[in-house]
Amino acid sequence: MSETKLRILVAKPGLDGHDRGAKIIARALRDAGFEVIYTGLHQTPEMIAEAAVQEDVDAIGLSILSGAHMTLFPKILEELGSKGCGDVPLFGGGIIPDDDINELKRLGVREIFTPGASTQDIVSWINENVSPRD
Amino acid sequence: MAGQPARKDDGKGRPKFSTISGMELEECYAAADLGAPEPNPGEYPFTRGVYPSMYRGKTWTMRQFAGFGSARDTNERFKYLLANGGHGLSTAFDMPTLMGYDADSERSLGEVGREGVAVSTIDDMAVLFDGIQLDEVTTSMTVNCSASILLAMYLVVAERQGCDWKDLGGTIQNDMFKEFIAQKEWICPPEPSLRIVTDMIEFCTKEVPRWHPVSISGYHIREAGSTAVQELAFTLADGIGYVQAAVDRGLDPDEFGPRLSFFFNVHNDFLEEIAKIRAARRLWAKIMRERFGAKTDRACLMRTHCQTSGVSLTAQQPLNNVVRVAIQALAGVLAGTQSLHTNSLDETYALPTEEAATVALRTQQIIAEETGVTNTADPFGGSYAMEALTDRMEAEAQAYIDRIDEMGGILRAIEIGFPQREIADAAFDFQVATDQGDYVTVGMNGYQSTDQGPSIETLKIDIGIETEQVAAVKALRERRDSAKARAALDAVGVAADDGSNLMPPIIDAVRASCTVGEISDVFREKFGVYGDPAWI
Repeated sequence: MSETKLRILVAKPGLDGHDRGAKIIARALRDAGFEVIYTGLHQTPEMIAEAAVQEDVDAIGLSILSGAHMTLFPKILEELGSKGCGDVPLFGGGIIPDDDINELKRLGVREIFTPGASTQDIVSWINENVSPRD
Repeated sequence: MAGQPARKDDGKGRPKFSTISGMELEECYAAADLGAPEPNPGEYPFTRGVYPSMYRGKTWTMRQFAGFGSARDTNERFKYLLANGGHGLSTAFDMPTLMGYDADSERSLGEVGREGVAVSTIDDMAVLFDGIQLDEVTTSMTVNCSASILLAMYLVVAERQGCDWKDLGGTIQNDMFKEFIAQKEWICPPEPSLRIVTDMIEFCTKEVPRWHPVSISGYHIREAGSTAVQELAFTLADGIGYVQAAVDRGLDPDEFGPRLSFFFNVHNDFLEEIAKIRAARRLWAKIMRERFGAKTDRACLMRTHCQTSGVSLTAQQPLNNVVRVAIQALAGVLAGTQSLHTNSLDETYALPTEEAATVALRTQQIIAEETGVTNTADPFGGSYAMEALTDRMEAEAQAYIDRIDEMGGILRAIEIGFPQREIADAAFDFQVATDQGDYVTVGMNGYQSTDQGPSIETLKIDIGIETEQVAAVKALRERRDSAKARAALDAVGVAADDGSNLMPPIIDAVRASCTVGEISDVFREKFGVYGDPAWI
């Protein structure tokens, strides 16, 4: 009997072009057995929410190293909500100081993986915290 | 168990002794590993250094990259660095500026002043250098797809200060090949991007002769995850691409060659990094002489800036980063760099605080004043290990360059994704090695502390800066002569179409108060917009 793979969107919001981490995570998640959709760079919040809908994803990971996380994460939460995807777990990583991590979690971001997190940490977290939508 | 280092082995229990890039070293090198004796520093092919006396004649330039918030904020940090012994300026711009968007663009939301200084207009540029006489300092500007516009702004500010462009010294990064490969800041596709770079080389060679119109960079390629050999090979392949484009334009390598500059990473592996840069000088000299027929030694000299590796720093136990940066900086000096930026300990969290930036600068000053390594040129010259590693770096990089030649050159290689995929594979391999504990990063996957130590102060950018910048750009558009601005933008469009050099009309557009975003929009319209191929 075939098992449905979890569908994970890996996205790069805003103008930030640092994609080393996002690409590694996309590949690692794929190797771990998830279905991964990588958006590529320079995505607006609207484009990301639209992709989440189109691809019917079970979770979304954002990578932000540009310092714009306190604007982009909330905007994306808002866009997801307005498209009926407010229940899709949003996680992320990048260059995000501790104070901001606390605030982001308060706003509804489920987890932030800072520099030094292993790919296994992220895979385990998804296995423990993400289930198929519906 | 926390505190225990992980074992490095080949999976069969046999220890491996490799550089961070995976190059295995001998237990011990000896006289038999030396090739032919190298010419002295200052002698072609310059393996040992570009000048005979190296730092005895002149210390490397301590050029700290800085930029955040508003032009006023960064102007203050520039003055602080100069007052504390910094020798030259180096400008970090924010993402909107780097990507060719004004502060009030929808794309700029949340990004203004965050990753560097916000510059949308000529007024911002004037404030950025307020009180700094541009013919008395040298300035580096790290900007690529919008480089033509930022250079034009710098030239116009200098002009307004009463400077002669012939007296201006500095560098603009302007290395688009590595953008497609690694840093990923682009507006239009590779071919028109190369045209703009070549226009700038041509323009500067004639009009701003002390200026370096391109900084051919490996730093970002390495940060994206490449090995040292890939960093070396792809950087030189990029350089070959620019020289070829300039030669095809009818320019003389002996004329523009001396104005090309380079920019390498100094990463963790001490021996590998020094060998890499020594090999780089040798390879480049031979490329300019043998491939491009440069007659003068000056045209064959590789002068380089180095920056310590950002990606090697840790968020855990951040004070350890001071040590990493010091060791990396020392490697850069022993490798014979012409200028150096040292990272700050807090950069895994945010842009540097003044305190952290001061420690970074002092690191260079301590090396220069207290270690004695500046007393002789190329102290590692003749070392069995170093010469063997240098030769090996050269050979392995040459093999990559040959492959890229077979593909038809770097532009073709980029279009088919060759360097991008090599880098992604190397980055993934390194992550696997880290996750499995084959590579130990102290504090992160070895020698962890359950207590992360006192939390450090980080730099916060006030969201009010974005509001102010948005208002300022709008106000400038209101008060300028709109007809003049429109006409100037049209003239940029005409040059884009007819192939004439873009710099003069861009400079006129800047004089007419056209903005970064507006001029970039002409590029978008005329040359098209490049989209990320999103290869994993």
